[in-house]
Amino acid sequence: MIDFLFYIFASLMLFSALAMVLNKNAVNSAMCMIVALVSTAGLFVLLEAYFLAILQVLVYAGAVMVLFLFIIMLLDVDKEENYEYLKHKFAFIARLIGFSLLFFLVFNSFSETHLPSTELVQITNEGEAGTIAFSNTAKSFGQILFTKYMLPFQVIGFLLLVAMIGVIVISKKQSTSTDTGK
Amino acid sequence: MTIGINEFIIVSSLLFLVGLFGVIFRRNTIIIYMSIELMLNAINLALVAFSRYNNAMDGAIFVFFIMTVAAAEVAVGLAIIVMLYRQKQTVLVNELNQLKG
Repeated sequence: MIDFLFYIFASLMLFSALAMVLNKNAVNSAMCMIVALVSTAGLFVLLEAYFLAILQVLVYAGAVMVLFLFIIMLLDVDKEENYEYLKHKFAFIARLIGFSLLFFLVFNSFSETHLPSTELVQITNEGEAGTIAFSNTAKSFGQILFTKYMLPFQVIGFLLLVAMIGVIVISKKQSTSTDTGK
Repeated sequence: MTIGINEFIIVSSLLFLVGLFGVIFRRNTIIIYMSIELMLNAINLALVAFSRYNNAMDGAIFVFFIMTVAAAEVAVGLAIIVMLYRQKQTVLVNELNQLKG
C-alpha cells in the first residue's frame, strides 16, 4: 500500500513538474508547481518527516506560491517567448555535448551501488554515538535547533531580517529615483 | 515498505533534472525562478531520504534551513523582477541584455 502511494506521489510530482516547465501560460505553471510541491509533501509523509511535510505545504505551497501568483498577475508576463536561439548551429553542438555529459554522469553514478543496504531504517530512539536519531516529532526539531544548531538558527533568523530589509530597500529606492528623474 | 533509498534518490534526481531543464530552456524569468525552487525541492527530498536512511536528524534540520533560505531568496528575487519590469517592461531574459553578456 505504501509502495503504491510512493509511485502515485512520485509520478504526480514529476508530471506536474514537467507540466510546470512546459506550460506556456505562467498562471497554469504556478498551479502545476503547487501540485508538485504538495506531492513532495506527500513523499515527506511517506518518509515519516511529518513536521517537514506540514512546513512544506505551509511555506512553499502556501506563502511562496501565493507570492509567485501575485507577481505573475501583477506583471502580466504572458508575452510570447522567442525560441530562435535554439536553431543556432553552435546551440545544437552545445546541446549535444551537454546532454552526452549529463547521460554519462547519470549512468556512471547509477551503474553500481556503493550502499550496504538500501532499506530505510526503522525509527528508534537512539542513534549512533554523536548523532541524534531521526524522529518524527516536532519536539525533537525544537530541541536540536536550540542545542546543536543554535548558531545556524540565529544566522538564519538574521538572514530573514536582511532579506526583509533588502526587499524594502529595493522596492523603495526605485520609486524615489523615478520621482526625482521626472 | 519495500521502497528503499534508491527509489527516493532516483525520483529526486529526476525532479532536479526537470528543474535544470526549466532553467536552461525557458526564457521567462518567473518560470526560471520556479524551476530553481523545484531544484531546491529535489535537494530537500534527497536530504530527508538520506537523513532517514542514516537515522540522523541533521539532514532534516538542513531541509528546514534550505526552506528558510528559499523563502528569503524568493522574496528578494521577486522584488528584483518587479524592479526589472518597471525599468524594461519585460521579464524575458533574452531581452534583458543591457550588460552585453
